[in-house]
Amino acid sequence: MSMKLKDLLQAPEVLGSGHRMCAGCGAPTVMKLMGMSLRGPTIVCNATGCLEVATTIYPYTAWKVPWIHVAFENVAAVASGIVEGINAMQEKGRYKQEHVDVIALGGDGGTFDIGFGALSGALERGHDFVYMVYDNGAYQNTGIQRSGATLPGQETTTSWAGKAEPGKRQRKKPIAEIVAAHRIPYVATVDPFHYRDFITKFRKALEVEGPAFIHAFSPCPRGWRSESSKTIELARLAVETGIHPLYEIIDGEQYIMSGPSKSLKELKPVDEFMKLQGQFKHLFTPQWEDFRKQVQQQITADWELLKKKCGVE
Amino acid sequence: MSKKSSEIPMAGNILEPGNAREYKTGGWRAERPKHNPEDCLWIKNGTCALCCIFCPDNAIKLSEKDGKFLYAYDYDYCKGCGICANECPKSCITMEAE
Amino acid sequence: MAATVKMTKPKGSIEGLTGDAAIAYALKQCDIDVLSAYPITPQTIIVEDYQRFFAEGQVKTKVIPVESEHSAMSACIGASAAGARVATASASAGLALMWEVLYCASGMRQPIVLAVANRALSAPINIHNDWSDSYGARDSGFIQMYCQSCQEAYDTTIMSFRIAENHNVLLPAMVCIDGFILSHNVERVELLPDEVVRDFVGVRVPVQPLDTDKPITMGPLCLTDYYFEFKEQEDKAMREVFKVYKDVEAEFQKVTGRSYGMYETYKTKDADIIMLTHSSPAGTAKAVVDALREQGEKVGVLRMKLFRPFPAAELAKELSSAKAVAVFEKCLSFGAPTNPLALEVRTALYDLPKKPMVTDFVVGLGGRDVPPATIVEGYNKTKQYLEKGKAPLYETLGVRK
Repeated sequence: MSMKLKDLLQAPEVLGSGHRMCAGCGAPTVMKLMGMSLRGPTIVCNATGCLEVATTIYPYTAWKVPWIHVAFENVAAVASGIVEGINAMQEKGRYKQEHVDVIALGGDGGTFDIGFGALSGALERGHDFVYMVYDNGAYQNTGIQRSGATLPGQETTTSWAGKAEPGKRQRKKPIAEIVAAHRIPYVATVDPFHYRDFITKFRKALEVEGPAFIHAFSPCPRGWRSESSKTIELARLAVETGIHPLYEIIDGEQYIMSGPSKSLKELKPVDEFMKLQGQFKHLFTPQWEDFRKQVQQQITADWELLKKKCGVE
Repeated sequence: MSKKSSEIPMAGNILEPGNAREYKTGGWRAERPKHNPEDCLWIKNGTCALCCIFCPDNAIKLSEKDGKFLYAYDYDYCKGCGICANECPKSCITMEAE
Repeated sequence: MAATVKMTKPKGSIEGLTGDAAIAYALKQCDIDVLSAYPITPQTIIVEDYQRFFAEGQVKTKVIPVESEHSAMSACIGASAAGARVATASASAGLALMWEVLYCASGMRQPIVLAVANRALSAPINIHNDWSDSYGARDSGFIQMYCQSCQEAYDTTIMSFRIAENHNVLLPAMVCIDGFILSHNVERVELLPDEVVRDFVGVRVPVQPLDTDKPITMGPLCLTDYYFEFKEQEDKAMREVFKVYKDVEAEFQKVTGRSYGMYETYKTKDADIIMLTHSSPAGTAKAVVDALREQGEKVGVLRMKLFRPFPAAELAKELSSAKAVAVFEKCLSFGAPTNPLALEVRTALYDLPKKPMVTDFVVGLGGRDVPPATIVEGYNKTKQYLEKGKAPLYETLGVRK
């Protein structure tokens, strides 16, 4: 596919203007980059979440491709049905399109947590579809509650920072690797700041036969208490600090570190990512100094392990 | 706006793609981006375009006409998030109070 | 001059089939595009049989062996939204796990056929028959049809696609059989030739499917300003079922000679007491009626088939001349004034100037046998209550108290 700037800018919009995502939300840009990666007729399935709610407030829709929402925890199952329904109708000569790409979208709550069973089942069955999680680190739609994607030290409305607690204590699920363990053909992490890397990977995900999974980082100014203008900067810092390293996993085995992560001489301190956000503010008080150091150690250790898996020195 | 049940498609289906265009979000804006074309790389040579790529509301319209590169904001939809100003490598965009 | 054509009934085969197997065979003949199902006793034979058809290359269906019933119905919705003809099957806990998406299927107006082998709900866990599972889903926007025989299960499955997919309806449909009692018992079933079923059901013509040439948005957020209007549409569609059901059955009768009606009456014409029930207890009740009639009792049976929508007006007419209606039902609605079937019947009769007395007997929970003696007991109690002129709102029969 052409990665020329002019061609990318001319890609038809999948999500048009007039949606009601918050000012500075990362998700619409994630959708735009997905749109720039498409190769033909596409159907989008959306789990319940911010994106679903704020883009389709009746009688308006911002979507320009066929789009379906059914419920929160079942988007991978809905996509399974669409893929196989189309396959069956094609085989019986009742479907006009030769090929349709099917994409399932979920937030981190709908993917890491409540939708994980349906996702795992769909991956095991091997339907040819792409699942993308736009990960903003909490149940932002219902008012910023902790999820399996919430970072340690992150304050949410169900993991408050207080005299006794530093916010969420537990680590974040390594969702890309958990998904890759299903031995599906393609898994990649992406970040909107590195848009060319994003588009290249999403296109690969569409092109492989069988299920593919994209883990997209998507800052949330409302939930993170960050400036709306800092969304893309935070996305960049997530890669540079090792919060969201960029890599691919082929067939569940072969780890490839992607250019933007590979070219880092060393990680920036996680502090640089955290200090732009109100949700980590408490970690910069003396009480949680040690906890913040532990978080840094965990991120560094994860990064070293990833480098090893990718064969990067 | 208040149609009867017999006047609307079944099940909440919305048949017109992208009709959210009718819903203008420009009113949300507290700050308005202002573009200074002097150092803009798009204006200069049709490169960069980061502001447009990163705009969550498709509110920056980049085009080319008769060999000239044009730049425009669509203030009907711009929510004033300021991402464009923050990301511009040449600091061509400033945010001004509405 | 036109040649004279001798019309003959299509010749199918006659097989001994369980209720589950009869439904599986009907699904095969209806040429469904997608079957998405999860195993649960006593429905599992449907999925097993269908997977065998698939393995033998006898169907072009895509079978999705999902990881849960929730996903079974979700995948059905996806496939149906794409325009495919789809079916699934479940029971008990499986149906309970589907609950959320049942409402999505109907709310999104997807004509999915769901075969239910009725089974009690946990706890305690129990695999046997009662109607708690599908009765609980009576407000979910599914059409509900309860069958009394394997033949009826086969016929109803075929008809259900025509009813559900009708453009005035577009609602999902449950075809219910009593778990084990029907699902696992072998009965004589007359099977139609494949081409007869194919011609009868035709090919689904979807309305507003997911189509990349005509991109629509399905399942948006509808708030206080519009949600209610879509429920109004759904209710109207459900009321259309009465006419469509009758039309489809009339056509089916032309082809097969068989029909069942929204309900069946048995010796009710001059009956003082009409016993009202459905599914397997209806068969027992008919046998009891024969015995009681020999003793000179004026008694009959009304066997419901269509429970959603509930044919209240017709039923009121049918029951208006009786002195009492004795309802036998396999469901207990804890804390309710009376139980689901009797609740519907009482409502149907409420506007009659001369209302029959209604008695409500909860029987057979968790597969407890409902022998003729239990039916007779309910009949005798109803007779006594008639004499007293007063009856309790409901009672349980066949349980050690």
